[in-house]
Amino acid sequence: MRDILRILSGSRRFLVGFFMFGAVVLFAWIGPYLIDTDPFTRVGGLYSPPSKEAWLGTDNFGRDVLAQLMYGTRTSLWIGLVGGVVATLIGVTVGTVAGYRGGWIEEALMGLTNVLITIPSIVVLILLSIAVDSRSATVMGVIIGITAWPWTARAVRAQTSSLKTREHIDIARISGVGTLEIMLVEVLPYMLSYIGMAFVLQFSEGILSEATLSMLGLGPFQTVSLGVMLNWALLWEAVRVGAWWAFIPPTIFLAITSFSLMLMNAGMDEVFNPRLRQHQ
Amino acid sequence: MLAAAERAGVGAGRRFGEVILETKGLTRVFGSGSHRLVAVDHVDFQIRSGEIVALIGESGSGKTTMGRMLLGLLAPTEGQVLFRGKDLEEYRKRREMREYWRSVQAVFQDPFASFNSFYKVSRTLMNAFKLLPKRPPEDERKEKIYRAVDAVGLNPAEVLDKHPHELSGGQRQRLMIARALLVEPEVLIADEPTSMVDASSRASVLNILLDLRERLNLTIIFITHDIGMAYYTSDRLLIMQHGRIVEQGPSEEIIRNPRHEYTKRLLSDVPTLHQEWELSS
Repeated sequence: MRDILRILSGSRRFLVGFFMFGAVVLFAWIGPYLIDTDPFTRVGGLYSPPSKEAWLGTDNFGRDVLAQLMYGTRTSLWIGLVGGVVATLIGVTVGTVAGYRGGWIEEALMGLTNVLITIPSIVVLILLSIAVDSRSATVMGVIIGITAWPWTARAVRAQTSSLKTREHIDIARISGVGTLEIMLVEVLPYMLSYIGMAFVLQFSEGILSEATLSMLGLGPFQTVSLGVMLNWALLWEAVRVGAWWAFIPPTIFLAITSFSLMLMNAGMDEVFNPRLRQHQ
Repeated sequence: MLAAAERAGVGAGRRFGEVILETKGLTRVFGSGSHRLVAVDHVDFQIRSGEIVALIGESGSGKTTMGRMLLGLLAPTEGQVLFRGKDLEEYRKRREMREYWRSVQAVFQDPFASFNSFYKVSRTLMNAFKLLPKRPPEDERKEKIYRAVDAVGLNPAEVLDKHPHELSGGQRQRLMIARALLVEPEVLIADEPTSMVDASSRASVLNILLDLRERLNLTIIFITHDIGMAYYTSDRLLIMQHGRIVEQGPSEEIIRNPRHEYTKRLLSDVPTLHQEWELSS
């Protein structure tokens, strides 16, 4: 673990992404303790511009935008995290089993994966979001996760297929090690860096999917997220009335969050790429 | 060729036991259509208990595919592998492969890739006990591992607690041999066991294997590209080209009097050995 951190800290891209992301996380988790404002309470007039009382102005109901931004970023991060974890878990499981077992199991699992890849995931996302009764942030994360795994599954299957020809796997087999243990102990550790990268990417995609869905009005109930803020701004004509503070800040936060995750992913690619790693 | 196979029972003045491992029409095809590749093509041979047989061929001759089929790691497209007359397919169907691997073990070419680099080497050795129907208690397992590691000329206290990258190729390969012996198999399949070991350890790895035959009456199948090494170690040679056995017989006979063109070509690559035989015969 310490080795991994040491290797990662060798990449400037990863470090920049990491600190940017860290700043966003701190803003979302510590922010609400610093300002004592509820994001749903009216504090001023309709679309008041930024002032000493409300640093980022107020929204269509006179609620504090800065408070919304803090709570909203928190919700968006949570949805992205849940989506990323679910997508990575399903993708890695499907990909490893398909790649290691081969035969008809592989055909069936990869057939399913390829079918899901060809259906635009936004359609599935919208249908699933409409279908569930209670759309909490966590439920939304799960919905995003179960539509986002196919690409990870394909990549992990390819990795597993090449890993399974390694001699230590044959040695494990002729030592009587069971299939499940071989997948968990002999195959998975060799893909950890790759799985980490896939997770970071899925995390970022989860945050963006949340924004898309919420902006369409399919966001989480009774909470605020970055996408929900954009949805409000859209519904209440923030652009037409020139209330830039209602939609620019959430847009910037979405961009910074996904950009920082993408940077971390690129940095990981840089250091885990075996050819580049030899130079260290 | 048939006559040579019959004489195999008395190779080099040594008497061997009953047939222990046998293939009948063993075939493996990879891919299909224009990518179709027949890696092993209707191969028949018998190996007797206590015998050391070398399967010789250049890379791409199908010898490693053959080894994987003999180990039950790869299913044949056609034909059978028989262990003491019992079809390997039977073991597979009845989910008794552990029983088979208790009798037939292997050492592979790359002693680094043979270990999982995330764990200490002792874990790989410990795993072998999973083949036993009743796993012995931890003390007994440790004791057995110590003895096996000692038997291949390594200091157990020094090597067992290390990760694979902390050991030399020769040490790792010896540990692999120790691992294979933990379950006291009857047959050992050694796929190029010395080709990735540094030159200074090569002879000692070979001698350990030869010594095992003497002590445990182990049957050994060497898979190699090196006809010189095969002659040095084996009672009988099987020469493989393009997935077929093109010549087989007692080592001395083949070295002295090769009949197939391919065998002659392989021998011409080892000029000193060849000349030595010219002189003494």
